[in-house]
Amino acid sequence: MKRVNAVVVGAGAAGGIVAKELSTAGLSVVLLERGKWYTSNDCRKDDLRNQRTTVLGNAFGPEDEGNPRVWVDPKGELHTAWPSEGSYQNDAACVGGGTLSYGAQAWRYMPQDFRMRSTYGAPAGSSLEDWPISYDDLEPFYEKAEYEIGISGDYSGTPFHGPRRRPLPMPPLPPGREFEILEPAAKRLGLHPFHIPMARNSVPYNGRGPCMRCRWCVGFACEVDAKNGSQNTVIPIALNTGNCELRTECMVKEILTDDRGRARGVSYFDSKGHLQEQLSDLVVVSGCATETARLLLNSKSKLFPEGLGNRFDQVGRNLQGHHYTGAIGYFDFETYDDVGPGATIAISDYNHGTPGLCGGGMLANEFIRLPIHSVDRLPANTPRWGPGHKQAMRDWHRRTIVIMGPTQQIPTAEGRVTVDPTVRDKWRLPVVRISGNVHPDTFEIGAVQARRAEAWLKEAGAVSTTLMAGKPQVVSAGQHQAGTCRMGDDPKGSVVNRHCQIHDVDNVFVIDSSVHVTNGGFNPALTIMAVAYFASDALVRNWKGTGFRS
Amino acid sequence: MGGVAVAIGCTAHKRGNWDFLGDDEARTLGAICDQIVPADDFPSATQAGVLTYIDRQLVRHYRRHQDVYREGLVQAHAMSMKRFGQELAALSRQQQLEVVSAMEREESRFFEMVRRHTLEGYYGSPRHGGNRDGVSWRMLGLAEPPLLGRAQYDLRKGSGE
Repeated sequence: MKRVNAVVVGAGAAGGIVAKELSTAGLSVVLLERGKWYTSNDCRKDDLRNQRTTVLGNAFGPEDEGNPRVWVDPKGELHTAWPSEGSYQNDAACVGGGTLSYGAQAWRYMPQDFRMRSTYGAPAGSSLEDWPISYDDLEPFYEKAEYEIGISGDYSGTPFHGPRRRPLPMPPLPPGREFEILEPAAKRLGLHPFHIPMARNSVPYNGRGPCMRCRWCVGFACEVDAKNGSQNTVIPIALNTGNCELRTECMVKEILTDDRGRARGVSYFDSKGHLQEQLSDLVVVSGCATETARLLLNSKSKLFPEGLGNRFDQVGRNLQGHHYTGAIGYFDFETYDDVGPGATIAISDYNHGTPGLCGGGMLANEFIRLPIHSVDRLPANTPRWGPGHKQAMRDWHRRTIVIMGPTQQIPTAEGRVTVDPTVRDKWRLPVVRISGNVHPDTFEIGAVQARRAEAWLKEAGAVSTTLMAGKPQVVSAGQHQAGTCRMGDDPKGSVVNRHCQIHDVDNVFVIDSSVHVTNGGFNPALTIMAVAYFASDALVRNWKGTGFRS
Repeated sequence: MGGVAVAIGCTAHKRGNWDFLGDDEARTLGAICDQIVPADDFPSATQAGVLTYIDRQLVRHYRRHQDVYREGLVQAHAMSMKRFGQELAALSRQQQLEVVSAMEREESRFFEMVRRHTLEGYYGSPRHGGNRDGVSWRMLGLAEPPLLGRAQYDLRKGSGE
């Protein structure tokens, strides 16, 4: 197989951008993806089998068969997890990764989100740290992501965001009924509600039409291709350069290194299960926090007996996602208009500044309400089955609003990904094992956030409410997984430098959510994209045409 | 009681109208499902195809639950025979409620599974055999087939210019 300049592992939010940036700069690129390439023709609108509601499996991978993981409960007992189960902490396995089927919230983190340790101090037992780069470093790349991927929304209602040079390229969709109920209530409480930034066309953009406002958004591929992910933006551009080849259903086994400790390419199983080698000048790992850590840990050699980039036992640590809390409000009038795509209104008044507590998060109305979601979200004291349950479905399905938000998790070194010593997947590769939890202070601020959501719902007229503020037994990574290959200046306390280059090996890069030091109080997709543009920019500047120079 | 279990076991492996369930099992399971979602102005679970949904999934995504169903249905039958001397499907609504309530207490793992699968079948997508013709969605006042194409920008709502 022909040697190329770069192999990119994983065609998700970050990998797609890296492939586009490198191939348009003239590098030859092979983009490897373990999943398939789905399009809007694969939109099934199946309430029971999509990427968010997975009772009958994941619509966009991985399939349960042959893809186990292991998770460790607080007592130290091991459990097998399958991809359609929550404990697996799945994102997706397909071209576009999570961005094919995500809800498409496209947030910038706040300036303080990059300086969590400086702002709050590190709680005892936590691994809270500052990023080595600032909001200002990323700002131009946030903007580039907003314009190249295509973001709609309107920040003008809130002062709680970092400085920005340009507005979003598209206006928000018109408000739905929940927006109209919640906006005046938030203002009465002195809060600052606004239109959520979304990677979704509200008007024609990038050659595709706008959202048609159906019920099926988060978890689904968009029927009219109005949702913007890497699969319908940057990856087609990369392929059109002629410099990038996308190979799907290819599972990377390990990163190959030479005697001097530099990467020389990857070995992978192709779609027929045959082991192949792709040699390259550099390797970019963009597999998402769990799978990226697994690949590095599985890339063992004489020089790297504990895995690539893992000299100081940092790979896989600080696993984090978001701690979702909130409240359900029940109303004596109809709140539901069956006009998609869901979450429309948010506040970020509570992302920072709660006295005595660390961080916080934005609060927004819930993304999607399918009938199957309501069956366990009825008012307290509703019978769980029988005529009373059926009547309650009729009474409340259209009279409910959920407000929740991604509380920023305080990472710990023990919340981590390792590889399981015995369990193997269908390629006979050691699988991800997830153990540990986030810092307990996370649950404290999460509970406060839930009561704030409840207060907003009551102000909006809720006649009763139910708090949602559980304490997961294991770190909740899921679709917002991050942190396992921390970015930092100190090689002993991080895996990559500020340009996402592994400290140990100058031609291997980790460019995805793994490098997030902390994960903000927001959905992470746009930050993953901005970091990918930022790191690609540095990589291309260091590429001299004949080889890579660190 | 052992004889009953054997009898059910025999029919269970004979292909009748179902992919997984025996006809006896289907009658018992149907009676449980119809306690979970009974008929009122709108159809019951079985009237909406929930048995089809569960039966299909038991040879597909829920293959791993086959044993729980097989064993749970034996127990359900036994509980009905013990209390009322007849199979569950033959009892009155009130008697069935009594047996199913006892199952919720004594066979909670099986009952929870049936409850969850019944609600999935009733409120989920019709393509899997339940929620026939979208009856539960119509019951909730959702347009079925759904309304599409509401993309027109409404300038009266501001922020459009």
